[in-house]
Amino acid sequence: MKPFAKEFNRQKWSYAFIGPSFILFTVFLIIPVFASLYWSFTQYNILQPPKFVGFQNYINIIFHDPRFWKAMINTAIYVACTVPASIAISLFIAVAIDQNIRFKNWFKTFFFIPSITSIIAVSVIWKWLYASGKYGLFNHALSSVGISPVNWLGVDWTLPSIIIMSVWGGLGYNMILFIAGLQGIPQVFYEAAEVDGASEWEKFRNITLPLLAPTMLFVTIMSIISAFQVFDAVYVMTYSSEGAVGGALDCALTIVAYLYDTGFQRFMMGYASALAYLIFLVLFVVTIVNMKLVEKKIEY
Amino acid sequence: MDINGIKELDRRDAVRASSKKQQQRTVKILVYIFLIAGSCIMIVPFVWMVVTSFKPLDEINTYPPSFFIRKPTIAAYRELFSIIPMGRYFLNSLFATTVITAANIFFCSLAGYAFAKHRFFGRDKLFLLLVGSMMIPWQVNLIPSFVIVKKFGWLNSFYGLIIPAMSGAFGIFLMRQFIMNIPDDLIDAAKIDGCTEFTIYRRVILPLIQPALASLAIFTFMAQWNNFVWPLVIIYSSKMRTIPLALSVLNGQFGTNFAMVMAGAVVATAPVLVVFIAFQKYFIKGIALTGLKA
Repeated sequence: MKPFAKEFNRQKWSYAFIGPSFILFTVFLIIPVFASLYWSFTQYNILQPPKFVGFQNYINIIFHDPRFWKAMINTAIYVACTVPASIAISLFIAVAIDQNIRFKNWFKTFFFIPSITSIIAVSVIWKWLYASGKYGLFNHALSSVGISPVNWLGVDWTLPSIIIMSVWGGLGYNMILFIAGLQGIPQVFYEAAEVDGASEWEKFRNITLPLLAPTMLFVTIMSIISAFQVFDAVYVMTYSSEGAVGGALDCALTIVAYLYDTGFQRFMMGYASALAYLIFLVLFVVTIVNMKLVEKKIEY
Repeated sequence: MDINGIKELDRRDAVRASSKKQQQRTVKILVYIFLIAGSCIMIVPFVWMVVTSFKPLDEINTYPPSFFIRKPTIAAYRELFSIIPMGRYFLNSLFATTVITAANIFFCSLAGYAFAKHRFFGRDKLFLLLVGSMMIPWQVNLIPSFVIVKKFGWLNSFYGLIIPAMSGAFGIFLMRQFIMNIPDDLIDAAKIDGCTEFTIYRRVILPLIQPALASLAIFTFMAQWNNFVWPLVIIYSSKMRTIPLALSVLNGQFGTNFAMVMAGAVVATAPVLVVFIAFQKYFIKGIALTGLKA
């Protein structure tokens, strides 16, 4: 009996230590995950109890909801533009900073500042940069080189405007990850290549890129996941007092913005839960596919 | 090989080395130009924000737009703190963020210690559940969390803002990884001296994981200070707004008063900038180590 009591006493401490975290974890994560799974099969507006409807929400979303497809296409465009652009530019910056140069920390800080600023603040600043007519800084810059002003926040340009801003805002974070990856590459490889007379480009192509593959995989997956969930920027850039989030004609409606709109502006909680699970599914597939694709290419 | 042949080879080597050096210098100059131009592109929007916030209204709408302010004024800041209760919003954000950060440091390190060094029934399964949960996108639990907070009567209150965020899977994971590296001997020695588990946590573990705690604290602070969706969903009265929420409302209501909106952006940006510059070392190291997005 005594060893058992002692054992229990020791375990009591352990459960006490993880207790607070696990209560929160259960109430605000485990229960919600199952609750929204259940609600995704119901009609639920918070005021009345959920009414079971089977797969109706999913069927409606996929077969009868043009706004969902509009949001999916916008989100796909957003991901397909921001992720490659951000990765290419930030890799370039990382390689530049990783050279034997001075003021490294200053450059890192400059590129990183947008990453620590709230997306809301960044968005209101860019909204002012994008201001229409001649007062906007961007339009002024364009007109000074002879290009006619662009209606940045009009129907045609809102999504591209958000994309440009997001690429700018995400550079610093990817840069830090790439610099860490670059510093993990053993210097001897470069020395050996130098002895063989390799050019800078050959070294980058044949040493840096292949050995950076694990970092690249990580950055790609994280970038796709976070780009797919874009919301804050869309909310601010498309905000208007009368219209719903997503802008005129849903020109910049993304999938999470659509979820917010259905769940918290029209209180279709069941429908929004089904949307949430579709997002989950897409992100899960993206992660698995990415890992499988790169598994074959990482060779060492 | 005669002596002239060797001299000739030496000469060629020297020529090749000097042309290589030349090439490296050109590359270096290009790198500097690229980085300086890039830094300007990163900084200009923030400079424009600060400049605009100190401009009187008539200068904002002059053409061409200028970075030079003829009559600098703090009128926009005065408006910001008198027309809307920006001071109150600042305190709301500061209070919620500080409490959440402190709670995360405590609860995550406590749980991380148990997962790293204790042996208890269900430990590995629970840890796996915790790590697996990090794959779930926040949209999935947003709606039920909102409903639960509503059931508790915590909508529009600090309880609703703070309590759900007081601990997190990522923080526990981070703490566990650090505490795993602490030698068991230290803990055993403390046990032989008769320390209770909590004393071991406080006297042995906490002092040894301070760098990790600093990283966690900065991440949590930044993420919470900038958090938008959760306050957007649960706060509905004007006096409970946090800074990002206030800024988005400002953008909606006073969108044409750019000086005031930019002053709001300055107030929202300044604290994180100060925290970042003060703790930059921990921050960049932390990201490189964990890949966490603030």
